[in-house]
Parts: sequence; C-alpha cells; structure tokens
Amino acid sequence: MSNHNETQTDSATVWGGKVSPFRTSYGKLMMWFFLVSDALTFSGLLISYGFTRHSCQVAWPIGEETFNSLPFLGHGYPLLYVALMTFILIVSSVTMVLAVEAGHRMDKKGVQKWMLATIVGGLFFVGSQAWEWYHFIHGSEFGKIELADGSKAIVKGHFGEIKDFTVVEAGKHHHKGAVIKEDLLHEFHHAIEHGKLKNDTITLHDGSKALVHREKDEHVVLVIKEDGLKYKTGKRIEKGADKMYHDVINSGTPHRVIYGANLKVNEYGPTQYAQFFFFITGFHGFHVFSGVVFNLLIFLKVVEGRYHRRGHYEMVEKTGLYWHFVDLVWVFVFTFFYLV
Amino acid sequence: MERDDIIEYSLDTHHDEAAGIELRKKIWKVTALLTIITIVEVALGAFVKQSSTLWELVKWSFVALTLVKAAYIVLIFMHLGDEKKTLKYVILLPYFVFIVYLIFILLTEGNAVSEALKAIGF
Repeated sequence: MSNHNETQTDSATVWGGKVSPFRTSYGKLMMWFFLVSDALTFSGLLISYGFTRHSCQVAWPIGEETFNSLPFLGHGYPLLYVALMTFILIVSSVTMVLAVEAGHRMDKKGVQKWMLATIVGGLFFVGSQAWEWYHFIHGSEFGKIELADGSKAIVKGHFGEIKDFTVVEAGKHHHKGAVIKEDLLHEFHHAIEHGKLKNDTITLHDGSKALVHREKDEHVVLVIKEDGLKYKTGKRIEKGADKMYHDVINSGTPHRVIYGANLKVNEYGPTQYAQFFFFITGFHGFHVFSGVVFNLLIFLKVVEGRYHRRGHYEMVEKTGLYWHFVDLVWVFVFTFFYLV
Repeated sequence: MERDDIIEYSLDTHHDEAAGIELRKKIWKVTALLTIITIVEVALGAFVKQSSTLWELVKWSFVALTLVKAAYIVLIFMHLGDEKKTLKYVILLPYFVFIVYLIFILLTEGNAVSEALKAIGF
C-alpha cells in the first residue's frame, strides 16, 4: 500500500502481546484464516470431482455441449452464459475493491455507491445461477436417447417445434377434436419418458389420446456417449439420424429417453456428474448468497454512518475479502467444471 | 469507544486522494486483464474441440490462465500483495502444501482406481 505507517511501539507493548507480527488487525487476520479453511473445503470438493472424473469409465460430459443456452435465445451458444456469469462476478469484485479504496479515503458516498453496485452484481449472479440450474434440471429439447443396440447418444440439431395436440380419443378432461396448445413440450417430454408416445400419438395425463403436430427436426446428429453392441463411444451418426431419433421417441418403451438431471439420472453423463454439479455450484451459490447478505448488512451500517464515526471502514475491507474469495472460487469452478 | 489495549492497524491502510487515483488506475487495469483472460478462455473452449490434437495444450493453458487470474484476485483485489511477508507466507504456504499433496493423491489414486475398474471389466 502507498503509505503504510509503521506503528511505533516500545518494548513494553511488544512483550505485552499487543503487537501483531502481521501488522494487521485481529478481525482481518481471522477473516484470512477463515478463507484459507474455506479454500481448503472448496479444493477438497474440486479434487474429489477430479478424482471421480479421472477414475470414471464412461465418457465425461463436455462443458460446451452441456451448457450452450442463453435466456430468450435458446440453444447453440456454447459457454456464453457462464462466461457472462463469470464476467458479472468479476465486475462485482471490482466494484467491491473500489468500495474498499473509497473507504481508505473516508469517502462515504463512494463506499455507498460501490457497495450497492456490488450487491446488485451479486444478485445478478445468484439469479443467473438459478436460471442455470433450472435449465440443467429440465434439460435439452431432444434429451439423451438409448438406441436399439443399447448404446446411448446425445442429440444435436434443430428441434422441430411442437404446434399442437389434436385429441383423437377423449379422456377425463379433453373431448374429441379439441386442440391443445399449452404446456406442449412438458407434456411431450413426460409422455416420452413414460413410453406414452407411439406413432406420433401421445397419451396425456387424463388418459386422452392426441395426435402430435410437430415440425420436422433438422440437421440431426447423434453422438454416442456410451458403448452399445453396434456403436461405440465418440461415433457421430448423421445419415438417417432423424429417423433413428423418431423411432426411439415413438418406441413406447419407458426410460429410453432421459431429459435433464436429478440426483439419480441425467442426460449429460454419469450420475456423479450431476451430483457434483449440484453440490459444488450449489455450495458456491450459497456462498454468494451469504456474501450478498453480509454486504447488505455492512452497506446499511455504512449508510447509517457507523464506520465514518469509527474513523475507518475496515468492516468493508473484511466483507470485501470474503466477496473476492467467492469470486476466486468461481474462477476455479469455471475452469474445472465448464472449460476443461 | 476508545481502547488503549490494541494498536489500531486499521488506520494503516488510509491514503489520500492522489494515491487513490493511482490505485483506481491499477484496479481498472487488472479488471481489463481479467476480462481479456476470460474472453480468451471462452473463445478457446468454444473453438477448440476436445477431440482436437490441440486440446491437451488448450487444457493446460486453461489451468495456467486460471492461476494467473487467481493470483491477480488474491494479490491485488484482496491486497495480499500489500501485506507483510510473514502474513503472505502464513496464508499461502500451508494451503499450497496441502493442495500439492491432494493433487498428487488425486492423480495416483484416480489412476489406480481407474485401472482396477478396468481390470474387473466395469
């Protein structure tokens, strides 16, 4: 720092235990020690993730294939959203360090402004993570399919839009001839998972049967992720892929298609993948959430003027340390979960 | 509340307006650097496929870039670079000793378990 004053002490103070060998206050030191222990926790999680991935016998999901959606824009944007999240968190780290800097000049207005920006950034990040989780849990439009030979494949391409369902056999709620236009994709996925789609005729929740009007899928490519009798991992099937996909979803056999993720199965890869995703990003997200709460509390006290009266804004520095740490962890999660 | 039993280190970090201008310049420089590194990482991730022969190189450059980012966050944003040498070592040394050991364990045990699973035809 530019002008650290060396605090002059006599031998009585030194031997009286009043001097910190680190020339820093108790609170800041303890925050550092806490962060070291928390860093070890996160390192432990990432290392167990690495261990599982290293010893796993089936193909591990590829980040750019799993995370390729943007809000309102759909699919086909590999890693852009998570890059945006990373950027938001880095920027909020910057506004935090600017708040600390303003504190060192006893500039109350500056501290307020930058802390508020940090809180907004933090909320944006938590919100983005919620969106990411939602998307991860619900999965892609195509899902992961099991082919006739037992191999499993993810599907790439343009999913044909579902126009409507026309009821051909009345059930409890729908009469014959009714045209359903709501909640189509969800009903469609649900039916396929339970083997209730056959010859493009879907059996709905209430027992009625309806004809599915769906546009043709385009540019369909199947990428094999688990070996079967005929196809091995890594093979790409382009010719006749749309027909193969159509046959699988119309097979009427339950659990041949998996959508999204939960703790038992997921469409992206091994079960452990989703478990680690939920645990690591969840644990980090909870850190961000707590960080936002801490920042908010400190912000209110800044506004109230408590630190100004105290003569220094060290509390802003301490909560700042925590906030930077959250950013630091994300940098590693980003690399090891999304990029590598 | 005035206390005479502690030394107020909290005031050591105060600085004046001129020093503030310099510091803010530095902060924005680091911001630009971190942003550029993130953009490079995403571009590499999006354009180089894992099946490509370059992937191994890209993977290690991800790790290197991440460490650069982490260093800037810790040393500049968290001001660890401005702390006393003893504090730096107290924070960093135990951590790195553990981590190097854990990564060693991860790789050796990961390989061993992988081999074992292969051997029993998992």
